[in-house]
Amino acid sequence: MRRVVVLAVVLPLIAAGPAAAASGTLTQPLERQGYHLYGQYCARCHSTGLGPSLDGVGAVSADFYLRMGYMPLAQLGEQPTHRNTPLLSDPQIRALVAYIASFGGPAIPQPQPALGNLSQGQALFTEHCAGCHQIVAQGGYVTGALPPPLDRVNATEIAEAVRIGPYVMPKFTEKAISDTELNSIVRYVEYTQHPDHPGGAGLDFLGPVPEGLVTWFVAIPLLLVLCLFVGRRLSA
Amino acid sequence: MITRRTVSWIDKRTASAPFLKKAMRYVFPDHWSFLLGEVALYCFVILVMTGIYLTFFFVDSTKEVVYHGSYVPLQGQRMSEAYESVVNLSLQTRAGLLIRQTHHWAANVFVASIVLHLFRVFFTGAYRKPRELTYILGVTMLMLVLLEAYIGYSIVDDLMSGMGLVIGYSVGLSIPFVGENLMNWLFGGPFPGGTALWPRMYIAHVLVFPILIGLLLGAHLALVAMRHHTQFKTTPKQTEKTVVGVPMWPGQTPRSIGLALGTAGVLFLLGGLVEINPVWLWGPFHTYSSTNGAQPDWYLGWLIGGLRLMPSVDVVIDGYTLVPNPFWGGVAFPLVVFGFLYFWPWIERRFTRDVAFHNLLDRPRDAPVRTGVGVGMIAWITLVFLAGGADRVFVLFGIDYAAQITVYRVIVFVLPIVFGVVAWRICTELQAGERVLLDRRSAEVEARAVRPDGADVTEAP
Amino acid sequence: MKRLGNAVIAALVLLLGRRRPRTEEETRILPEQPPNARAELAVLALFGLSSLAALGFVAAYAFKPSTQLLGLALGLALIFFAAALIVVARKLVPTEELAESYPPEEHQRDEEIIAEYVAEAGSGITRRRFFKLGLLGATGALGLAILTPAVSFGPLFRVGNFLATPWRRGRRLVDENGRPYTAADIEENDFYLAFPEGTNDEEKDQLAASLVLVRLPVDQLQLPSELKGYDANGIVAYSRICTHAGCAITLYRAPLFQPDEPRPALVCPCHYSTFDPATGGTVTFGPAGRDLPMLPIYADSAGYLRAKGNFDGPVGPSWWGVRIWPAQPERSQP
Repeated sequence: MRRVVVLAVVLPLIAAGPAAAASGTLTQPLERQGYHLYGQYCARCHSTGLGPSLDGVGAVSADFYLRMGYMPLAQLGEQPTHRNTPLLSDPQIRALVAYIASFGGPAIPQPQPALGNLSQGQALFTEHCAGCHQIVAQGGYVTGALPPPLDRVNATEIAEAVRIGPYVMPKFTEKAISDTELNSIVRYVEYTQHPDHPGGAGLDFLGPVPEGLVTWFVAIPLLLVLCLFVGRRLSA
Repeated sequence: MITRRTVSWIDKRTASAPFLKKAMRYVFPDHWSFLLGEVALYCFVILVMTGIYLTFFFVDSTKEVVYHGSYVPLQGQRMSEAYESVVNLSLQTRAGLLIRQTHHWAANVFVASIVLHLFRVFFTGAYRKPRELTYILGVTMLMLVLLEAYIGYSIVDDLMSGMGLVIGYSVGLSIPFVGENLMNWLFGGPFPGGTALWPRMYIAHVLVFPILIGLLLGAHLALVAMRHHTQFKTTPKQTEKTVVGVPMWPGQTPRSIGLALGTAGVLFLLGGLVEINPVWLWGPFHTYSSTNGAQPDWYLGWLIGGLRLMPSVDVVIDGYTLVPNPFWGGVAFPLVVFGFLYFWPWIERRFTRDVAFHNLLDRPRDAPVRTGVGVGMIAWITLVFLAGGADRVFVLFGIDYAAQITVYRVIVFVLPIVFGVVAWRICTELQAGERVLLDRRSAEVEARAVRPDGADVTEAP
Repeated sequence: MKRLGNAVIAALVLLLGRRRPRTEEETRILPEQPPNARAELAVLALFGLSSLAALGFVAAYAFKPSTQLLGLALGLALIFFAAALIVVARKLVPTEELAESYPPEEHQRDEEIIAEYVAEAGSGITRRRFFKLGLLGATGALGLAILTPAVSFGPLFRVGNFLATPWRRGRRLVDENGRPYTAADIEENDFYLAFPEGTNDEEKDQLAASLVLVRLPVDQLQLPSELKGYDANGIVAYSRICTHAGCAITLYRAPLFQPDEPRPALVCPCHYSTFDPATGGTVTFGPAGRDLPMLPIYADSAGYLRAKGNFDGPVGPSWWGVRIWPAQPERSQP
């Protein structure tokens, strides 16, 4: 579905606030391109107070929201509640990220899951993440929001989300979860994307719900067929 | 020759030839739905056999150990010996996982087949005099089986089972007057209970409940045999006085053994091919840990639905709690359901004033009120059950959870009545249709008799 | 070698394959079943397949014990066996339909005799009522005696420990590894698991031990008057155990952009009871019947977080008769 971008028509005046103030000092061509994209897609909310100010959010936020397709929003008043295919192209995203990064703020994290410890990751994920995202990262429900399943996210996106706390997700700073611990968490999440299933066909690792469905819609029909076979009248 | 000698040997030692001779010709009325109870019986047998195997590996202790087994994501983590033993028997014991998964699938299918058997008994009126006792034993077994399965799910001590256990504890705690004393007594102290809790649950799961269920099962089968099985009236030979069917030998024996082996085959195929309760993925339980999406096995789903549907109310007077919230969904709701099941034969009799002996079964349409009430009850329980999965519906289909709960709070009381009335109506219509057919047939017969020339009426212009 | 093989096959055919002449007895009891060569062959084939699968199970166990292979082999062995027996039932054994009488409704004569047995056995007892009373009393007393040891299960009438908590005034809040929290450790939009200092792993599992800590901007706190002073400059501590059914509260809804997004909330994943940390843990959604107990805390001069006293209510799920005590307003700073 093609999203309607209401924000495409933007009065230059709206691009006020910190973004505009910084625009005079932009030296890199990439940042200048980002400035124009900002005016086109972001300023309507982020420079007017309708949305949060992007001053100091850093490359990490811009990269996460744009790449995951949470932003730009299709319509004013919408909430960045679910992932989408990114609207902007990769060079556009890089330009916007460079522009937002020029106001300062954290860089894009570089997690190294290979250095992480899987078991530590499992324990940390249980403490910090499982309540919302489910213990095997299948996603879940929290009153008023849907924590997404983590089956299609890559290491950088996980690390970004942990550091930003998008939408209603908590935000974990390096004091709460160190970079080493983050490596472990990322490693565990990557493990949950392809866990071993020695038991056979994995039922989405959700436990009893799909198991109940298999009970009623596979096992019981098979046994009913068996009963019909066995119980068919012998003599006419 | 060998057969003759064996029979003779047995008879000389047991004097059982007259009994055996009769037993081999015991008559089984013939209908596929009569086999549902048999499927449940075979599930029980498989549960006992796989269960015995599992006891050789399970450790009933919550003593804390550090895991050093083959499953990397848990290495170095603190966990109970019970959980460690289940992870090890699943991942390091040859064929251990097959037996454990088959045990779990058998439990799920066991309860499902009992429920289907109950439906058959209910909608055909098989519980009527003289079989009320058989029925009561059956309902009691269903209750014991639910408890037994719940304890089995709990003793693994993984994250999900621990959450289930604390919910069960809270539900028990909410029983007015006795809750606190009862749970303190059973658990050996407030949750997570004393060190004796695990041995207690274990012995309850592997000895006390199986023996109780086994004894009741024996009595249930004995009662069936003594009064003989009910039957549908499909031929004129089948009457309230005469039972028609296949003899135990040679007709029924290969069929029953075939059904038993077939049931076992389906369960072992599931146990080998479809993963169930992969406990190593859930991690160990601590009271301060939990996970989203935790659900009980399907047969307790109606209770989680009941718990989730209750509005935020504790009955409190002057600062003292009288009835905590979980009581309504976790105790009162199943009490109503089981109370209905226990008393239904007598409730029905009060209205129908039917005190006759019944060996012939009704078809569901023959008793529209009973069918309507049954369908209404099933709809009620199913809707509450579905409400328990509303969070997953939100995750999968994007229908807001809070909105679903609001809707369910209304429709769990409205839809069952609608379904019940519709079922009643369908039954009466079907009956009316049959009456029309019967009338026409008898009219045709009469017309044929009236015409003096005896010509076939259907050919008349 | 080949000749040996041939000899074995020949012997097998001789011994087993010989078609038995049907012994036509004069008086059969069961009706006769006409032979059905095809069904017989099918049954033999199914038995063969079943044996193969069963042996396959043994081989898989020995050489490649994957659960799928084992399950497939054993499952198929059972299914083939079942199929063979069903063919036997339907094609090979005599097909009969017997009619038999149901047992009579009752055996009146026998019932009378049994009643007589019972009555006559007791005819020698003159003080019947006393006898019955005595018998009943003794049986009851004996039953009671037999059940009495079960009381040892747990202290049946001494249950005060449901309200016990390890929290005392001045006790520090530590993380899972025992490291004390300072006020500076606790940041907005994050949530923390805390225990009382000095508890061992077993004590950490007591329901009243674990806390969930969050920090809210001071101007957003709307604690009721009796809970004033429970927070340490915006840091609030609640029991981690849901007051509904005892699950751990491991969900913190922490909005990034307050104007548009739902308020901060602590949520239990079992039945989605939702509590507002800004207003003293009041229930905003879900089935929980009472507020989340709050622990009054303060930051000492070194910045460490310490308990000021006990929770403002009983921890965990409720029970009959539990008193929801009124919170005691805390003195501002010790």
